[in-house]
Amino acid sequence: MILVLVDQDRGELDQLSLRALTAARKLGQDVEAVVIGNEGSALAGIVGEYGAKVLHVASHANITDYTPMASGRALKDLVEKLKPAAVLAAGSPRGNEQLAHLAAFLDLPMAAECSEITLGSPHHVLRARWAGNLIESANVHADILIATVLAFSTEPESANGGAATVVDFEPALEPQDYAVKVLSRDAGESKGGVTLNDAKVIVSGGRGVGGPDGFGQIEELATLLGGTVGCSRVVTSSGWRPHAEQVGQTGTKVAPDLYIAAGISGAMQHIAGMKNSKTIVVINTDPEAPILGYADYAIIGDLHQVIPALTSAIRQAKG
Amino acid sequence: MDVLVCLKRVPLAGGTLILTPDSRDIETKHLGFGISPHEENAVEAGVQLVEQMGGTLTLLTLGPSDAEEQLRSQLAIGATRAVLIETDGQEWDPQGTAAALVDAINAEETKFDLIIFGAESADSAGYQIHIRVAHALNRPIITNVKSMKIENGVAVCDRVVTAGREHYEVALPAIVTVRDGLNIPRYPSVPGRMQARKKPVDMKKAEARVPKLEKVVLTLAPSKSTGAEILGNGADAVPALVDILKKIGAF
Repeated sequence: MILVLVDQDRGELDQLSLRALTAARKLGQDVEAVVIGNEGSALAGIVGEYGAKVLHVASHANITDYTPMASGRALKDLVEKLKPAAVLAAGSPRGNEQLAHLAAFLDLPMAAECSEITLGSPHHVLRARWAGNLIESANVHADILIATVLAFSTEPESANGGAATVVDFEPALEPQDYAVKVLSRDAGESKGGVTLNDAKVIVSGGRGVGGPDGFGQIEELATLLGGTVGCSRVVTSSGWRPHAEQVGQTGTKVAPDLYIAAGISGAMQHIAGMKNSKTIVVINTDPEAPILGYADYAIIGDLHQVIPALTSAIRQAKG
Repeated sequence: MDVLVCLKRVPLAGGTLILTPDSRDIETKHLGFGISPHEENAVEAGVQLVEQMGGTLTLLTLGPSDAEEQLRSQLAIGATRAVLIETDGQEWDPQGTAAALVDAINAEETKFDLIIFGAESADSAGYQIHIRVAHALNRPIITNVKSMKIENGVAVCDRVVTAGREHYEVALPAIVTVRDGLNIPRYPSVPGRMQARKKPVDMKKAEARVPKLEKVVLTLAPSKSTGAEILGNGADAVPALVDILKKIGAF
């Protein structure tokens, strides 16, 4: 049996977890899912549709918004009882973190960001390193494989399964498991609307935008295409845009239908966050910019001329 | 306030990586070295805490003896001393690395109030060393911290998540991992560099363990091999792009 940690936040499913469930099914064993927090039982339908027969729901008075060490303890309790062949989660910051706690509790190895998994003795994985620029072939010497599934390496495929059977359990938490708790959460810098995770279209700006004011035209184009604004790391470190808009290894990894990169040369860590987008369009003055190696289409030129021209041409075409 | 910052020496690779002939490592003959992103912020945070509250800042790394270069350059920022756990030059797996760090921390006379890591390494993307160290030392850990204040023995931290900003508090001793944006790392001053040459760097040896996550070989990830179709130059190329956007149903 393969156990998959399905991540949820205040009842909202992490979409990457559906890809992890799909990857788990490909290992040719029964799949069961586990969700941390009692709001998770509402996910029995979707988790079942993606192939899990059982949904284990960990509930405890001290499991609140996000308590990754408590997640690790709950997973440990479940793993010791169920003895799965592998435990998988999405290769998201939260997926990696919660499984690392499990691995630390059990003193087992963990392979993060895997694009391919083969169970055996030893287990074998291909995993992404250097912001996705290197692929490591590695053996994992452990009875139970603990691994996270590289974001967007597997397309989510429904198994047309019925709702999973919900099995509640209460993990035996120790006080140190919830010593760190989210006290509160606010919208912070994010302004609501379409988030990077949900957007079908992302228009991203980089250093070439020149400053915070230059993002007006980026916003205008994004709105016109029903999408949202992204940016590169240099933009957030310069304080031009909020961190919540940063695309890349250290920001959000995205895979929209259309990604327009304007004035972004393509540092490794940015490429890692957007290279799985379906169609990539680059607008850049430098025909040698590394990002062109990942793009489908490119216009060589100054975004300050190209973007306004593009916006007005699309307006005209829309009529 | 006694602070420990853990660092990792990594090659400063630009846009393209090249592998060694045995495909087990990155070819570093023509590359400089630095520390992982976010770790400069970790050192800056440590220096600021010691400036405000007194105490010591210790740096710890595991790597080849050449990693002394990275320790010296961060000592120049204002750290007190450093410890280098010398390896055979091979990459260690996360469990082996964490165990050696824990042994070195436990061997210190100072019981650190705060241990700081960068949020992730540039090269290995294992996402676990800091968590294993926290478990072994039985300390709470907060990851991906973007702002931090220490008041009355309590660390008040914020982290930025997709849903907004989360606020945390944890009593020291604790472990945090920090991200860039936490602060603006300073450059070393000339006197700082001079002093750094004389600051103590303790060299330790640790035995490599048989890796449980065993690297076999590395390959370069393929980029889109065809490359981009160039639609033209400047605003003149816009109509061609509009046609494509229409075709793929973007509007």
